[in-house]
Amino acid sequence: MSRLAKIGDWFEQRLKIWPMVRETAEHRVPTKSASWFYVFGSAALTVFMLQIFTGIMLALIYVPSAGEAWNSLQYLNHGVTLGWFLRAAHGWGSNFMVAIVLIHMVQVAMFGAYKFPRELTWIVGVFLLLMTLGMAFTGQVLRFDQDAYWGLGIGASICGRVPFIGAWVVHLLLGGPIIAGDTLSRFFAFHVFVIPGLLIAFVSVHLLMVLKLGINDWPMPGRLVRRSTYVQEYEEEVHKDGIPFVPDAVWKDMIFAAVVIGSVLACAAFFGPYGPSGQPDPTIVQTVPKPDYFFQWLYALLALLPPQMETVALLVGPVVIIGFLVLLPFVAGEGEKSWKRRPIAVVTIALTAVTLGTLTHYASYTPWSPIMDAWSGDPVPVRYLDGRSPLERQGSAIFQEKQCRNCHSIGGSGGLRGPTLDSVAVRMTHDQLVRQVVQGGGNMPAYGKNLNPAEVAALVSFLDTLHPANQPPARDAARQISEQSEHSATPAGKQ
Amino acid sequence: MSDRDVSRRQFFVKLGLVFNGLAALVLATPVVGYLLAPIMRGEGGRYRKWVSLGELDEFPEGQTRLAKYKNPISNTWDGETDNIPCWVRRVQGETFQVFAINCAHLGCPVRWFPQSGLFMCPCHGGVYYRDGSRASGPPPRGLFEYPYKVENGHLMIEAGQLPTLSTSASLHQRSKGCQG
Repeated sequence: MSRLAKIGDWFEQRLKIWPMVRETAEHRVPTKSASWFYVFGSAALTVFMLQIFTGIMLALIYVPSAGEAWNSLQYLNHGVTLGWFLRAAHGWGSNFMVAIVLIHMVQVAMFGAYKFPRELTWIVGVFLLLMTLGMAFTGQVLRFDQDAYWGLGIGASICGRVPFIGAWVVHLLLGGPIIAGDTLSRFFAFHVFVIPGLLIAFVSVHLLMVLKLGINDWPMPGRLVRRSTYVQEYEEEVHKDGIPFVPDAVWKDMIFAAVVIGSVLACAAFFGPYGPSGQPDPTIVQTVPKPDYFFQWLYALLALLPPQMETVALLVGPVVIIGFLVLLPFVAGEGEKSWKRRPIAVVTIALTAVTLGTLTHYASYTPWSPIMDAWSGDPVPVRYLDGRSPLERQGSAIFQEKQCRNCHSIGGSGGLRGPTLDSVAVRMTHDQLVRQVVQGGGNMPAYGKNLNPAEVAALVSFLDTLHPANQPPARDAARQISEQSEHSATPAGKQ
Repeated sequence: MSDRDVSRRQFFVKLGLVFNGLAALVLATPVVGYLLAPIMRGEGGRYRKWVSLGELDEFPEGQTRLAKYKNPISNTWDGETDNIPCWVRRVQGETFQVFAINCAHLGCPVRWFPQSGLFMCPCHGGVYYRDGSRASGPPPRGLFEYPYKVENGHLMIEAGQLPTLSTSASLHQRSKGCQG
């Protein structure tokens, strides 16, 4: 007996763990389930372990103090050997973890794995998703920069919409009256102790159930799940047509996990760490805060929801979504597993994905936000000034000076909050333009108090010129008739 | 072993549970108090104090300027988060409007554009007029205002907490700004 085996025996005599390890490793899985579709759960766990490891590494340096956190991140980026790489790996790991958890969830939903007897596995998984998102948000706060500061402000403002106890919720979230030292400390405690502890506990239960109940069998159209017969059928299948997890199935998990870790590290090396952006100094108001990628759909939704729906959507929406996910296995716990025969499930998932994708896409160019420096940054295109009267040119100057450009683009640059004005004269008559400028409306502020009549006249005369060469400007037919009759009455009168 | 022994042991198990329950209660009371401290500390308006924004001369009549103050409720480790900005509009003489920097929609920092006389928010496109009333976009009301007073030639505001739709109640609310 080799020395190594002897040492192993010494431990085994005391630990008595080998039979359990062996039984766990060699538990049988359905042959068809040993598939590339079944690798996302183990990949999520692998990334979670990477996150724990890189997180501990960062905690060696990071200072969880509102006064020092930003400086310690700069030190990590620039002063500590390869500190930037560990920050990058942790940041990219977080992106990958959210993505893989979502893919895992979609796969599980498509393959009907949440049905009997795996309902609780699914419900625990729903909470794992929420905790993963919680880690992503609290982690973004620990990167204590401008985005983190104003992100906290958004979080507090959402809490402030809770009826009756809103103020208490805000003060509990912030740990005081305002975003300050106590805020960062409590987010640190949540990110480093509370949520990871819960994650480890929930992952353990999740994994235990996968082992005890067996991995989901490959869904076959027409093979229905019935509470009375499923467990027996599954046992029979595993014994008749099953393979031991180690070594026959585990290699796919291992290869995919390695690919994922490799991708995280490659992204970290190639793209580098996230920020930190500017210092968390609220007096720097020249900032455009934006949440991290996985919350951008929410950021977009908050801009696009009608204001009167917003509080309801913010407070009731999460309850409905989480309630739906938790209740799903109770409502649809039996029956068809194959996605080929579950069109509603497929359409729901597809619609959700398209919605989240579209909102995230909008968030990439935020068409609802004024572009704060468009008025001073982009000149009026020459073709809109060439051959124009002095009044019209004066109008173009007012157009720039009064920040119209922040919300309205012309010549392809400017804000997208309001309509593009390159052909506005085709859509609106002179009088309609005057009314719109002075009174606003349709989500445009009224400029009546900020423009004197001469400025309005100049601005609108400029807007009147904005039409394609081959399209005449819009005219008010009634106005034309009255002007013509005036014209015939007083031939010297101005048209 | 008699029945009496068994019932005695059962009694001691129950006694043990009671003692542990008491210990848990004794521990839980301070923990709950500790966790709720951020709420209790602020009860009765203790999160608000009068702070100076500077001398009146710093705010020309008819203009809106960014002012900064040190948050009255602060710790030494708050760092830069201590410095809170606000927009001061001197309407005329000693009539002011002091607006919170935070958009009434979701708290992002609004910026003042003197040329067009508008406050614009960079996050979701909220816009306000020079008097803080809502002009357009998603905000449900006008800008939050601080109560102010003039003392010894200084402009004072009552500040201290992040204004949101529910914590704004302690700040002076505009009559026409709130549209629900």
